[in-house]
Amino acid sequence: MLQAEVLQIVACIDGSRAAPAVCDYAAWASEHTASPLMLLHVVDKERYPAEPDLAGNIGLGSREQLLDELAELDRKRARLALEHGHHLLDHAHARVSQKSGVSEISKRQRHDNLAEALTALEAGTRLFVLGLRGENSSNREMQVGSQLETVIRSVHRPILLVPDQFTPPRSAMLAFDGSETAFRGVEMMAASPLWRGVPLHLVMVGPDTADRRRLLELARAKLESLGSEIVVALCAGDVVPALHEYQQEQGIDLLVMGAYGHSKVRRFLLGSTTTTMLKTATQPLIILR
Amino acid sequence: MMDTLRKNWFSNIRSDLLAGTVVALALIPEAIAFSIIAGVDPKVGLYSSFCIAVIIAFTGGRPGMISAATGAMALLMVTLVKEHGLQYLLAATLLTGIIQIAAGYLKLAGLMRFVSRSVVTGFVNALAILIFMAQLPELTGVTWHVYAMTAAGLAIIYLFPLVPVVGRLVPSPLVCIVGLTIVAMVIGLDIRTVGDMGELPDTLPIFLWPDVPLTLETLLIILPYSLGLAVVGLLESLMTATIVDDLTDTTSDRDRECKGQGIANIGAGLFGGMAGCAMIGQSVINVKSGGRTRLSTLTAGVFLMILVLVLDQWLVQIPMAALVAVMIMVSIGTFSWDSVRNLRKYPLSTNIVMLVTVAVVVATHNLAYGVLAGVLLAALFFANKIGHYMLVTSEFDGRTGTRRYTVVGQVFFSSAEKFLDSFDFREAVDNVVIDLHQAHFWDITAVGALDKAVIRFRREGADVEVLGLNEASATIVDRFGEHGKPEGVGQIMGQ
Repeated sequence: MLQAEVLQIVACIDGSRAAPAVCDYAAWASEHTASPLMLLHVVDKERYPAEPDLAGNIGLGSREQLLDELAELDRKRARLALEHGHHLLDHAHARVSQKSGVSEISKRQRHDNLAEALTALEAGTRLFVLGLRGENSSNREMQVGSQLETVIRSVHRPILLVPDQFTPPRSAMLAFDGSETAFRGVEMMAASPLWRGVPLHLVMVGPDTADRRRLLELARAKLESLGSEIVVALCAGDVVPALHEYQQEQGIDLLVMGAYGHSKVRRFLLGSTTTTMLKTATQPLIILR
Repeated sequence: MMDTLRKNWFSNIRSDLLAGTVVALALIPEAIAFSIIAGVDPKVGLYSSFCIAVIIAFTGGRPGMISAATGAMALLMVTLVKEHGLQYLLAATLLTGIIQIAAGYLKLAGLMRFVSRSVVTGFVNALAILIFMAQLPELTGVTWHVYAMTAAGLAIIYLFPLVPVVGRLVPSPLVCIVGLTIVAMVIGLDIRTVGDMGELPDTLPIFLWPDVPLTLETLLIILPYSLGLAVVGLLESLMTATIVDDLTDTTSDRDRECKGQGIANIGAGLFGGMAGCAMIGQSVINVKSGGRTRLSTLTAGVFLMILVLVLDQWLVQIPMAALVAVMIMVSIGTFSWDSVRNLRKYPLSTNIVMLVTVAVVVATHNLAYGVLAGVLLAALFFANKIGHYMLVTSEFDGRTGTRRYTVVGQVFFSSAEKFLDSFDFREAVDNVVIDLHQAHFWDITAVGALDKAVIRFRREGADVEVLGLNEASATIVDRFGEHGKPEGVGQIMGQ
C-alpha cells in the first residue's frame, strides 16, 4: 500500500432493499484489498413538525416554549432513528461476519445528510459502497437514489454503486474517453489492489481512429503493472447504449467510469452521461472521482 | 443543484405555504402601524414588506426567517421624513442597502461574537417595549370603545387557539381582525380605521427612482440615517437568525444574510418602500406555524400583497384597534420572558448589561445605541473580572537577602494597579527577583507598571532581576502568529 495510514471501505447501510448487497459488495472489496470495513448508518432526520399549529399567536415565553417543544420532538425522532440504525448495523454486521472473512469491522452512525457525512469521512476511506436505489426511492425501475447525484458530486473518493443482488465480480470494464480525467482514473486503478488479478476491459466509444487506438494503448500500458488480463475495445454508437451492449455481450460484472465531465449548466440543460448511466444501470458500477 | 433547490424551497411545501399565510397576517399590522410612526402612508410600509419578503426569500442566508418593514427601522426614519420628505427616505433606503451589502462582503457579521447574550436579551426586550410603545398613540385620547375593542382583540388572539380543532387550524390574528371589523361595521362605531391613516396600495409596486438631487448635500443628509438603519437592520437580522437557528437546529450563512438584507433594501427603495429587516416576532410565528424553508418567506410576501390588493375595499374598514391588538401580541411574544425569571439567578453584572441595553434603547429609540452601550459595558465587566485573575506571592530568602516575587495570571490595564500594589517597596532588601514565568502581560499598561516597579526597587537600593519577561510579554502582540495555534495557546496558558 502506498499510503501510510490504513484506508477503509465504507459501506453505507440504510433501510433499502439494497442494504444486503451493499454489505456483500463491501465485504468483497474489503477482502480483496485487505482493508478494514466500516459499516455506516447516516441519520438524516426530518426536522419538520408533523402537526401544523396555525394558531399564529405568540405570548409570554412562546419562544422558550417553542424551543423546548421542537427540541423534544427532535429528540424523540432522533432516538427512533438511532435505534433503527442500530438494528440495521447489527444486521449488516452479522451478515458480513457470517458470509465473509473480513476481520476488522467497525460500526458508525452520523447525524448529517449523506453527502456531508461521507465528505467528513473521505480522508480515511478507500472506497464508499452505496445502494443504487435508496430508502426513499420508489420501487419502480429507472429511479436513482434521491441523494446519489449530490453524493457523487461532493465526495472525492471512488464510489461503488450496487444493485439489489450480489454477484461476485469476476471481470470489470473501464469506460474510457481518452480525457485527462480518464487517464487519472486509469492511474488510480493501476495503483489499487482491488483490481489485481481481475480481467479488465478498456472500452472506448467512438469511430475507429488511429488517435483513439493510440490513447487506448497508452492506457493499457499503464495498467500492465496489475498483472491482470487486459482487453482493449473500441465500439461505435451512442455512449450509454454502446457501453451497456458491450457489457452484456462480454458478460462483465462491474463497470468503472469517471463522473460528471461537464459543467453544471450544461448538465442541467442536456443531462449527463453519468446520470443516464446511473438510471439505466443494472450491474454494479464504480464512479471514480 | 436540484438537491439544494429542493431542500431550500420544496422540502416542506404544505407547511410552508400555510405558515407563510399566517405570517402575512402579522406583517400587515406592523407595516401599517410603523408607516404611520415613520410619517409616511401605509402604502410605503406595505410595498416595503412585500419587496423585502420576496427578495430576501431568494437572497437571504437564513431560510425560514421573515424580513419586512419593521418598527425598529421605522423609528430611525422619523426625523428624516419630517424634515426632508418621502423621497429622501427612499434614497436613504437605497444607501442602507449598499452599506449592508458592503458589510456582507467585509464579513462584518463576525463582529456579532462581541455581542454577548445579555446584550441580545436586552435588545430583544427593548424591541418588544418599542413595539408596545408605538401602539400607545392609538390608545391615548380615544373613547372607551377603542379600549374595549383592543381588549376583545387580545382576548380572541389568546383564547381562540384554545378552541378544539378549529383553534389550531385558523390563525387567531385573522379571527381577531375579521371579527372586530365586522363588529365595527355592523354597530357603525366611529373609531379610527386603516382607511383614516393614509393611502393604501392600489397596484403592484412600480419601479421608481427616488426623486432627489444627486449631490453631495443629499448624501450628507441621508448618510447618518442610512448608517443607523444599516447597523440596526443587520443587528436585528443577525439576532433573529440566531433565534431561528436555535429553534430549528440548523445553521445560517450570516454574510449572505447581510448581503441579502442589502439587496432587499435596495429593492424596497426602488419600488417605493422603506428600509426593513428581519422580525423576531414574525419569524417565531413562522417557525411555530411550521414554516422552515425559503418558500415560507416568499409566501408571506406574496400573500400580503394579494391580501392588500384584493381586499382593499375591506382593508380600509379594519379598525386600528384590531391591528393594535395584533401588535401587542407581537410585542408580548418578542419579549424574553426567561430574562425576567433569570434576573434573580444571574449575576448582577449580567443583569446590569441587559437592563442598560434596554434603558438606552427606550430612551433614544435607537437600538444601535443600546447595543453599543451594552457591548461596552459587557467588555468592561469582563475586563474587571479577568483582572482578578492575578496573584503575586513572595518569599524571602534570609541567607542571600533576596525577596522573590512570583506573579501568576493576567496583567493588563485593569489589573496593573493591583500588580503594583502587591510589591512592598518599603522593605529593605538587597536583591529582588520578579518571576513572570506564569504571568501574561497583555498591554503596554502592564509593561509600564513593571518598569515602574523595577525603578522603585532600584531607588530603594535593591538589585532587581526580572525572570521570564519574554514569555510573559509574548501576549502583547496584536496578531498572535505562532501563539494563535493550539500548541501556542497551551504555551501561553503556562502549560
